[in-house]
Amino acid sequence: MGYFAKSPWLLHYDGSSCNGCDIEVLACLMPKYDVERFGIINTGNPKHADVFLITGGINTQNIDVVKNIYNQMGEPKVVVAVGTCATSGHFFSECYNIIGGVDKVIPVDVYAPGCAAKPEMIIDAVVKGLGILEEKKKKMSPK
Amino acid sequence: MAKRTVIPFGPHHPVLPEPVHLDLVLEDETVVEAIPNVGFIHRGLEMLCKKKPFQDIVLVAERICGICSMIHGVGFSQGVEKVMDIDVPPRAEYLRAFWGELSRVHSHILWLGLAADAIGFESLFMHSWRVREMVLDIFEETTGGRVIFDVCKIGGVRKDIENEILKNRFSQQIDKIEEEYSKLAKVFTEDYTVCHRWSNVGVLTKEDAHKLGAVGPTVRGSGISQDMRTLKYGAYEHLDFEPVVENSCDCYARTVVRVKEVFQSIDLMRQVISKIPDGEVETKVKGTPKGEYFSRVEQPRGEVVYYVKGDGTKNLDRFRVRTPTFANIPPLLQMLGGCDLADVPAIVISIDPCISCTER
Repeated sequence: MGYFAKSPWLLHYDGSSCNGCDIEVLACLMPKYDVERFGIINTGNPKHADVFLITGGINTQNIDVVKNIYNQMGEPKVVVAVGTCATSGHFFSECYNIIGGVDKVIPVDVYAPGCAAKPEMIIDAVVKGLGILEEKKKKMSPK
Repeated sequence: MAKRTVIPFGPHHPVLPEPVHLDLVLEDETVVEAIPNVGFIHRGLEMLCKKKPFQDIVLVAERICGICSMIHGVGFSQGVEKVMDIDVPPRAEYLRAFWGELSRVHSHILWLGLAADAIGFESLFMHSWRVREMVLDIFEETTGGRVIFDVCKIGGVRKDIENEILKNRFSQQIDKIEEEYSKLAKVFTEDYTVCHRWSNVGVLTKEDAHKLGAVGPTVRGSGISQDMRTLKYGAYEHLDFEPVVENSCDCYARTVVRVKEVFQSIDLMRQVISKIPDGEVETKVKGTPKGEYFSRVEQPRGEVVYYVKGDGTKNLDRFRVRTPTFANIPPLLQMLGGCDLADVPAIVISIDPCISCTER
């Protein structure tokens, strides 16, 4: 992959996870891993974000919140499911109110499994997501 | 009376890594009331004890929260061990204490970073998390995980640390962590802006803290000496320490408690390294639990209570957790009444909210 035409901004939301993946997402922004060197920064505003990092297996109360955040993001956008819970529900899918996996609520582009997903894995997933972002952008632009 | 406005805070809010919703009722700029709305992370983990054998619930307990995972595992294992009358080998208890104190260091430094971010100290946030990575390196080397460890099991621990490595390399690493952390601690305790931003904000008087049942650094910041490690569970029977207590009752006091507790934990780890006995790290578990027990352990956020009840089958009859943030929510609502809207993030973060613990 070459360089990106645009600095991709991240949005992170905790969809019923145990916190482990969330602090690993934050750890990616810290001096040791420092994704800011790729121009990636964490934003709190869905309207500014290109990449949506979502952790956890999503419980019934969170479905609407996740859909709402997803719909507020502008096109093109990429969704990265971080952690085993977000990809399949992990053992939480046996719980009575976990629907098991982000892809049951919103379309997911990249899956990053792991309990908890390591920062290397998250960075790799985001970089893969950026390739998808570029492709989506090309499809959107008029010929 | 001024006009009342309701401002929603959350569930998706940049200051919190986790979703919680507060309806803040305002009169001008002052918060009159805060109404919490929770349930965004409720997973129903306590119900899982009906579906999984009791040995596997340790892994479920660790995943209640990714920040204090080790201590959750210890709390649950202790409960079942008491019910089943299992004697844990002393080396395993020391290792649990070592990893537990290491978790406390990592959790407190993580919190200090988040708190610095909440008041606009971006580089202090970065530096805190840089020091935290040094703690996580020890975890990764000894357990294989950075935040979820899965080393605790009923009857002991899964992994051992070689004495050679523990006494040489890790004690040097701990010295290095202390050296780097001292520089940070100085900013938190001496910087004028930090002191000014937190002093007299979110006051919780000693009476209120007692009446509302606050736990952990929140209650110790209000002048009450309460620390479950003084119950001398596990290896704490052989370790010396005094609970850290501050008397100014505000956000600053709670910060200072945590800053000092990191030094305390580092000291406890040194004691563990010097006193750790040789021997086995696990005993064989036979039979199934029958009976009930309340296990209380001290998490970075305060007292966590585990209730386990077995009926002689491989599944537990009941498994209940009372987590520290759950106990700290009534004091939080008390602190929020009468504060300025701009202080809300600083006050909410001052109890070290862990929503995934609270809702399980």
